[in-house]
Amino acid sequence: MQQPILKVENLTKVFTRKGQPDFAAVDHISFDLMPGECLGLIGESGSGKTTAVNMITRLLDPTEGKIFLDGDDITGISGRELRKVYAKMQMVFQTPTDSFDPRCTLGDGIGESLRNNGWGRSSTNMEVARLLEQCGLSADFASRYPYQVSGGQCQRAAIARALAIKPKLLICDEATSALDVTIQKEIIALLNNLRWNHGGKLTILFICHDIALVQQFCDRVLVMYKGKIVEQGRPDDVIRNPQNDYTKRLIESIL
Amino acid sequence: MSEPTVRVQKIKKNTVKTRLIIFGTLALLLLIGSIFSEHLTPYDPYVQDLSNAKAAPSAAHLFGTDRYGRDMLSRVIVGSRASIYSTLLLVAIITVIGTVIGVFCGWHGKWIDTVLMRISDMFLAFPGLVFALAVAGVLGGGLQNAIIALAAISWPKYARIARSQTLSQKETPYLKAAKLSGSGTWKIIFKHILPNIMGPILVTSMLDIGTMMMELAGLSFLGLGAKPPIAEWGSMMSDTRSLITTVPWVTFAPGLAIFVSVMIFNLLGDTIRDYADPRSRGR
Repeated sequence: MQQPILKVENLTKVFTRKGQPDFAAVDHISFDLMPGECLGLIGESGSGKTTAVNMITRLLDPTEGKIFLDGDDITGISGRELRKVYAKMQMVFQTPTDSFDPRCTLGDGIGESLRNNGWGRSSTNMEVARLLEQCGLSADFASRYPYQVSGGQCQRAAIARALAIKPKLLICDEATSALDVTIQKEIIALLNNLRWNHGGKLTILFICHDIALVQQFCDRVLVMYKGKIVEQGRPDDVIRNPQNDYTKRLIESIL
Repeated sequence: MSEPTVRVQKIKKNTVKTRLIIFGTLALLLLIGSIFSEHLTPYDPYVQDLSNAKAAPSAAHLFGTDRYGRDMLSRVIVGSRASIYSTLLLVAIITVIGTVIGVFCGWHGKWIDTVLMRISDMFLAFPGLVFALAVAGVLGGGLQNAIIALAAISWPKYARIARSQTLSQKETPYLKAAKLSGSGTWKIIFKHILPNIMGPILVTSMLDIGTMMMELAGLSFLGLGAKPPIAEWGSMMSDTRSLITTVPWVTFAPGLAIFVSVMIFNLLGDTIRDYADPRSRGR
């Protein structure tokens, strides 16, 4: 029995505001993610996908629940320990251009995690060039600024940045939503390619609202609705034979 | 139809650049002039010549002489150093202090943010110059104390700008990406936050140079800044205000100097603000 890369137990985030009833954005979700697996997380906007991911990456503190990465409890850690954890877990963001500092070059952004882990300048530059080429960009993109490249190119650079530190888990938070369909297809092809060329070790958590994309890309899918996981299973099964009312509506809306 | 718009923008951008060059050069001349002010004076600004007191402006004394027969032009030139450099020092101090406090509040948040921001609210709610008068009164006169007094009342503006900018930077995806890259707090602040928030802060401080010069001169005028015989524009005006009906040039000369330099720094600040506007920045 393999140990799951990511194990989430009863993860909950409750937002409290004065004069308003408490709002559970994420309500006791639990799931496992096995090494090499690609798990899709779908749901409408406001269903808590991004909140869940922000908690998993520890950018947001959970109200309740535990997160285990590679067997270690990462729920309460901070500072240096947390930065060590980020070597195992990386994220690709929804908005490619905004995910790079407008005042730094793409190469700076991609190499940041390497330099933070003690790489020298020249070895970092060489690795950045290799990563860019791996992600389908030429090495001279390292010296460009985010506003000088297109959204698709920027997202490729963002994937290169996420892979720089060789993480075990890659989280794609709506990584293709801001791109048009043809570029979307290219990015999916790139992710697929990286997934198999990464020694079969890259585990992906793929957050998306496009069920068709999840069907062609993921091994397993979780459907989130109003902060809860309402259905899970193989994408084909979920699509052909939805059990939950919301899932049925979701699939009907596409067909 | 689109051609005229394009032309208008092109012309506008060029004027901003031209204005930047003109006012930048003028401000630079003013700064260089005040560094070497002692070598630029036609007469010794502190030597009295009572036989030639209260002389009207002439070819020998362009701004006339004061009641001790000191050459006004020389005094105005020498006074530029005290006036301009103390202003720049003051603006630098409040920019740094305000930015540090603002970034700290915005980054740290929680109770410390609340406490510091309520303190800055208190400063903002109080009439600034009155408070500066009180501080300068307690500390006693002198240019140094005037700077401390004005710094004490002027930092909250910068703290507020820096805080709100930091808060908005904190929510950007690239800051999250930097955290995920394993960058520590200091690296994130110095590499990502500060470069991205410096623009609006620098523009504010450029615009403040004029205001601060006036306020320093105002404190000096009220006798809480530079002390005679040091030539400083505000105290020079104060010294000579009883003579304004008989020998007006002794008051007008430093007044004109304040007017001109405040105007140059204000226009430079305006121009830098226009230039820093991302819409006018070429890509």
